Amino acid sequence: MIEVENLIKKYGDFTAVNRISFDVGEGEIFGLIGPNGAGKTITLRVISTLLKITGGKVKIAGNDLEKEAEEIRKIISYLPEDAGAYKNLTGKEYLEFMAEFFDGGKGTSEIVRKGVEIADLGERIDDKVDTYSKGMKRRLLVGRALMIDPKLAILDEPTSGLDVINAREVRQLIKEYAAGGTTILLSSHNMLEVDFLCDRISLIDDGVIVESGRPKQLKEKHDAENIEEVFTKVVR
Amino acid sequence: MSLMNITKKEIKELLTPSTFVPIIVIAILFASMGNIMGGMMEEGEEEPVVGVINEDNGKYSDMAMFVLEEDADIVYNGSEMQEGIDEVTKSGGSAVLRIPGNFSYNIDNNITGTIEVVWIMRGVGIMDSISSSVVERVIQNINTHISHDLIEEKTGLDPLHLQNPTVKEEVIMFKGEEMAGVDPSTLGGMLSSQSVMLPIVTMMLIMMAGGAIISSMGMEKEDKTLETLLTLPIKRGSIVTGKLIGAATVGLLMALIFMLGYGYYMQSMQTADLNLADYGLGLGIFDYVLVGISLFLALIAGLALSLLLGTFAKNYKSAQTLLFPVTALAIIPMFVFMFTDVGNLPPLFRSLMYAIPFSHPIIAMRSLMFGDYPIVIWGILYSAIFSMVIIGIVVWVFNSDRLITGKIGKKDGILEKLSR
Repeated sequence: MIEVENLIKKYGDFTAVNRISFDVGEGEIFGLIGPNGAGKTITLRVISTLLKITGGKVKIAGNDLEKEAEEIRKIISYLPEDAGAYKNLTGKEYLEFMAEFFDGGKGTSEIVRKGVEIADLGERIDDKVDTYSKGMKRRLLVGRALMIDPKLAILDEPTSGLDVINAREVRQLIKEYAAGGTTILLSSHNMLEVDFLCDRISLIDDGVIVESGRPKQLKEKHDAENIEEVFTKVVR
Repeated sequence: MSLMNITKKEIKELLTPSTFVPIIVIAILFASMGNIMGGMMEEGEEEPVVGVINEDNGKYSDMAMFVLEEDADIVYNGSEMQEGIDEVTKSGGSAVLRIPGNFSYNIDNNITGTIEVVWIMRGVGIMDSISSSVVERVIQNINTHISHDLIEEKTGLDPLHLQNPTVKEEVIMFKGEEMAGVDPSTLGGMLSSQSVMLPIVTMMLIMMAGGAIISSMGMEKEDKTLETLLTLPIKRGSIVTGKLIGAATVGLLMALIFMLGYGYYMQSMQTADLNLADYGLGLGIFDYVLVGISLFLALIAGLALSLLLGTFAKNYKSAQTLLFPVTALAIIPMFVFMFTDVGNLPPLFRSLMYAIPFSHPIIAMRSLMFGDYPIVIWGILYSAIFSMVIIGIVVWVFNSDRLITGKIGKKDGILEKLSR
């Protein structure tokens, strides 16, 4: 589903991402982990077609990122880490607005129904987004990201701002979507989350991938009890 | 479909009470001022309420009484000053006039007759001074009547001829056109009332719509919705177009509300009743279509410029600051053209005015009155090209990293500082 080959992203003289390569198969959950400023979000933004690449090659479902960005946008769903929703719309109006871009002429009601179900906000779905708590907004946005059954969901810190129970539900949901064939590319600071969710991970530091593999393999290789320990050993 | 969707969302986001309440309040204020001014004008035309104490039984006091009965509402006609003052005060009147016993005798003997006036002043506002000017007009009428009578009696000549032995027949030459039967102040007043309206409409339209679109960009940044929007399956050009249409709709609605109030205010100030078409200065349907096209293109240019500046905004507050250049560009032509025509400006200022797209609807309106079509067509072409270039730049920004990263380079230092 995702093929990244020697991806470079520069801002002037500063190299934010330096020749990283990885690939993600269909239905796989792939995690990018690393410290702040390592280049995780920039990589996700590049794959989401938000940023232009400076060098290398990226293909999504066989589509070249530089030449076929519009085709890619039809099959992806991106959830930024600190995303918001239009505050003067109600939660349902927001989902309806988003659904109309993906209905393919079949109508939006089924997509919106799914979004409302995932967001699980009860009657508050008809209230203005402006009145939502941080956690409610995040649930709405997770609903928005997954309701369209994307081929590729790019989730930057998907459980950011959620309490323990809600975060657990969202993780379960991500697992279910992956089992249904959706490819998931995510980044997270939460090592437990990464361990629980991801089939494979890449550790990124200073714009370079320093380690990749299955969580279990990496723990064995670095003689670590958990991914946090692996991360600490590799980054040091 | 996607374009319609994004336009609908823009309108919903911008159509909030906080957007509309201030403009409705301003419109109501203007309408109320118009109402007050209209009331003042009407009062100026009404008969003044007065009291009269006539102590003279001569010919000229009879003449004065005749004029007063014709031109004023006499609520007291007696001999006691205090009674007169009380009655006039109760009736909301403004003066008690006393004609002394020697009034006619003095006039007959070449001594100036005196009419004593006791003014009842209720305040120091504009409204309070109107009633006194109306009484002054009545006293002037008494003077004219007595003067005519004296001229006729003492000389046997026609007093009207004696007072006005000459008459003027005037023709105005204006931009090569000859206009007969109208004086420059009446024509100037009529043209300037027209000249004031369109610059204000243009300025309000640009400011309201520009404010709407720049707020939309500021909110996208502040609410962090832009990244999601840019990953949706919709062309960046359609996002730009949707924002332009949405803001234009809201801006038009806001300008309309303002103009309803302002138009009412202006109408109440209108005194000259002159049909410009009688002097070859009226506009036909085709002319109005050209002014409409010119105004529409000025609006699109203003919106595109505002959207471009909005891309530099970091949040809603900084977006409002970034609107300043557009506001300035809308205000400058408004003030300049309220005082003079583009043709009377020095070459450098004239070029500057031509370079600002918001000048062209105002120039078009005035030029079309004199059938100067080439300048209007050039203005329309210029505004269209200006708008297309700016929209092209906006689409380019939307397709680049700049919108997401906020990296705007060294060259854009001023905008970067403003957007903080």
